[in-house]
Parts: sequence; structure tokens; C-alpha cells
Amino acid sequence: MRAFIAKLVAAVVLLFARAVTAVRAIWDESGLPRRQAIYFANHSSHGDFILIWAVLPPRLRRRVRPVAGADYWLKSKLRSFIGKDVFNAVLIQRVCDEREDDPVTIMAKALSGGSSLIFFPEGTRNQTDLPLQPFKSGLFHLATACPKVDLVPVWIANLNRVMPKGEFVPIPLICTVTFGAPTRLGSGESKEAFLARAQAALLELAPRQAGG
Amino acid sequence: MSATQSDMLLLLLGIAGVLLVASLAGYILQLKLSPEGSNAAIENLNARIKAWWVMAILIALACVAGRIGVLVLFAFCSFAALREFVTLTNTRRADHWALATAFFIVLPAQYVLLWTENYGIFSIFIPVYAFLLMPIIAVVRGDTQHFLVRIAEVQWALMICVFCASHVPALLTLEIPGYEDRNVLLIAFLVIVVQSSDVLQYVWGKLFGRTKIAPNLSPSKTVEGFVGGVASATLVGAALWWITPFTPVQAGLMALVITMMGFFGGLVMSAIKRDRGVKDWGHLIAGHGGLIDRLDSVVFSAPVFFHLIRYWWSAS
Repeated sequence: MRAFIAKLVAAVVLLFARAVTAVRAIWDESGLPRRQAIYFANHSSHGDFILIWAVLPPRLRRRVRPVAGADYWLKSKLRSFIGKDVFNAVLIQRVCDEREDDPVTIMAKALSGGSSLIFFPEGTRNQTDLPLQPFKSGLFHLATACPKVDLVPVWIANLNRVMPKGEFVPIPLICTVTFGAPTRLGSGESKEAFLARAQAALLELAPRQAGG
Repeated sequence: MSATQSDMLLLLLGIAGVLLVASLAGYILQLKLSPEGSNAAIENLNARIKAWWVMAILIALACVAGRIGVLVLFAFCSFAALREFVTLTNTRRADHWALATAFFIVLPAQYVLLWTENYGIFSIFIPVYAFLLMPIIAVVRGDTQHFLVRIAEVQWALMICVFCASHVPALLTLEIPGYEDRNVLLIAFLVIVVQSSDVLQYVWGKLFGRTKIAPNLSPSKTVEGFVGGVASATLVGAALWWITPFTPVQAGLMALVITMMGFFGGLVMSAIKRDRGVKDWGHLIAGHGGLIDRLDSVVFSAPVFFHLIRYWWSAS
């Protein structure tokens, strides 16, 4: 029953997201991502992973789990239902003191179970005027723990305009989700070099004009 | 079967016939010139023809469903068009409530007013009330940066995508003596003339196009395409006089006005796209781009068509 309601809610959320954003995927030249992957994306809204979800073909979508902050998604019963049951999120504790398990271990476990992950390397939602905040080191540690998994940059455009911080009514605007070429951690690549490269790869996917 | 229904059926059969011929031609072209889908122009042509089928069927279904069907269809078109338009504007955080009002109050209200057939309020709701209230909603947030540009863009978006577009279904509200219950055919007339003008301009342009008419705005539009397209679409309109309250000459003149408005409307919308650095308004219709790409000429001609009929033919 719970699983059925979760499926229904997921379908309704997807339908709503599509109605508001008419979201469209722009795939990389290499085509649809086929292998297991860590999709790392810019983060400006709670709806970010829903858009990635919405554009992935159902076959891939079933295997993709968003990584989300346990501190947020376990706060209430409803949030926990949405996070765990509807979106099958991999919940990690962002506050160090309250950690029982290392987040990288939890994510690596989800990957070894065959799932792909949606990961927001900025750590928190971007509420600055910058297009992208500096990455936290999580993506590097994850890539070190799972060097055989593809890292796919994903740029979500316009969703921050649909629902800016503090607003609760979404404005219908067309959003795009752009997928970049898969990459991996180079052998012996330093943390700084890797994070800079990953950031550049993600920023490159951002559309040129801000007003569009 | 009433005269309106039999005329409608005849019209639909005619459109289906034209589309069948187009599909067949597209299929043969593909077999001969682009068997592996290598010729982009032919692939695009076939995508367009497919989209034509879908659009023709949607409009036909809406007309069969009656007034509510037409209203719902155009309310959806307004919504999708407004979404495309606002996506390309310079909105800021402070515009949030103004935009929410545009989408969720002004747009539905316009179509509800149309449903009640109250011409007095329908025709001024957006040009007067929305025009004055929207900047008030925006100004409360206190963000003055690009203020005039922002409020002007939102008003323009509403005028084009909601106000002007709603004049297509508004044709149903006109009371024309001797033309009772046939108003849906006016929509058919307008849409057929505008769309055949677009197609014929494209065809004439491809066949004889030499001189670019507005190279800065639209590199594909040519003088030959314009003249040939407008002239032949005017003839199409004259030939459709039997579904209108007009005489053949009047129908031709109406078609001429419609196609001219449509052509220059297309140029205006192209100029906006150029300024924003995009080729299409969106990706809603495969082969055509966004909804506004297909709707731009209808939007520009509908209010003029509506008011010309209202002034000279309508009883109210």
C-alpha cells in the first residue's frame, strides 16, 4: 500500500514538474548515458533532482537515487515518506557531529548495489548570484571510493527562476537539463585539480545568456 | 445534419486530403532523397507534416466539443505561449508575484470572461486592469533595477500570449445576423488562411526565392515568397467564402488583411528572438520549434480580424 501511494505521488510530482517546466533534456554527443553513473549537478532548488529524474528514460530512472541531506529529509514524517519512499533517496548526514556512518561509505554502498546517484557537489542550494558555488570535497572522495563509476556533469537551467528561495508558488518557465560527457578521476589527480576540472565541466554546460 | 456540420465535415475532408497529399509527397521525397534520414530539410518537412496532422486533429476535436473545447484549447495555447515568452524575458526575483498573477489569475480570468461573453470587460481586462495592476504588484517588492523593462516585458507577454490569442476563440461570441451557429467556421477560416499563408510563403520562397526581404530579421523570408504566399493565401481565403458571412471579394480582402498582419507579426516575433539570441521560442512542436513559432501570425491577425467583423458584420 505504502509503495503504491509512493508510486502514485511520484507520478503526480513528475506530471506537475513537466506541466510547469516543459523540461527537456539536451544529451551529450555520446548519447544517452548507458552505464551506471554519478550525475553531479548544480543545485538551486529542491526540485533539481526531480527534473533530472523527469528527463531520464524510465528504464534508467528506476535505478537512479538522489543523494539528499538527512537533516532535511528526516525532519517530519511527510518529508521522510517523500524522501525515502517516493524518491528512494540515499540520505546522508551533512552535520559532522551527528554522523553515525561516513556519507561516502553510504553512497558507495548504494553504488555497489547497482544504483546510479544524483549528487549535488555544492553541498547546499546555491542562493548566491554566482552561477555555481565552489564544490565541497564530497565528489572527490566519492570518485576516489568508486573510481570505476562514470561521473556525468548535469546542468539544470532556469529552475532557480521557477521557484526562487523563499517563494512557494512556482512560475511556469521552460527548463532544460544538459548532460555533459562522462569523466572519471584521473590516476594520481589531486583533489584540487579534480574538483576544478569537474566544476569547469559543469559550468561549460550552462547556457550563455542569463535571461534565457 | 445541419448546414454548419456538413460544411465543417467538407472542410475537414479537404484538410485531411491536403495533409494526405503532403504526407505522401514527404514520404516519396524521403524514399528518393533521404533514405537514411540524412537530408535535414526533408526530415524537417516530414516532422512538420506530422505536427500538422496533430494540430489539425486537435483543433477539429476542440471544434466538435464546442465552445468549451475551443476555450480550453486556446487557454492551453496561451499558457504554453506565455511560458515560452516569459522564459526569454529578464525577470528578477522581485517579479515573482507579478508573474504568478499573470499565469494563475490574469490568464484564467481572461478565458472565464470570454466564457461569460461579456465583451465590455473581456476587451479591456488586460489592456486596462492588468496593465495598471501588474506594475503595482511588482513595485511593492521595491526592486527598481530595469523596472520599466521588466514591467513592459510582462505586459507585452500578456498582450501577445493571452489577450491577442484569446481573440481566436472570441470569434465564437460575435452575433452575426444570418450566420447563427456558424461562428466556429470563422475560426476555421482564420486558422486555414494564416497557416496556408505560412506554408505557401515557405513553398514560394523555396521555389523562386531570390531576394531577401528582411535579412536582419529572418534570413529565410524572401520577396518572392512573400508576394506569392500572400497572393495565393488571399485566393485560398476568397475560395473559402462559402464558410463565412462574406462575399468572395470580401473574403479575399479579409484574407489579405489576415496574411499581411500574420507576415509582419512573424517579423516582429523574429526580431524578439534575434534580440534574445535564440532560433526558436521553444521545442513544443517537433519540426516547428515552440508554440509561439507556429502561433505568431495567428496572434497578430486574430484581434484585427475579430474587430473588422465586429464593426461591419456584427449586430451587437
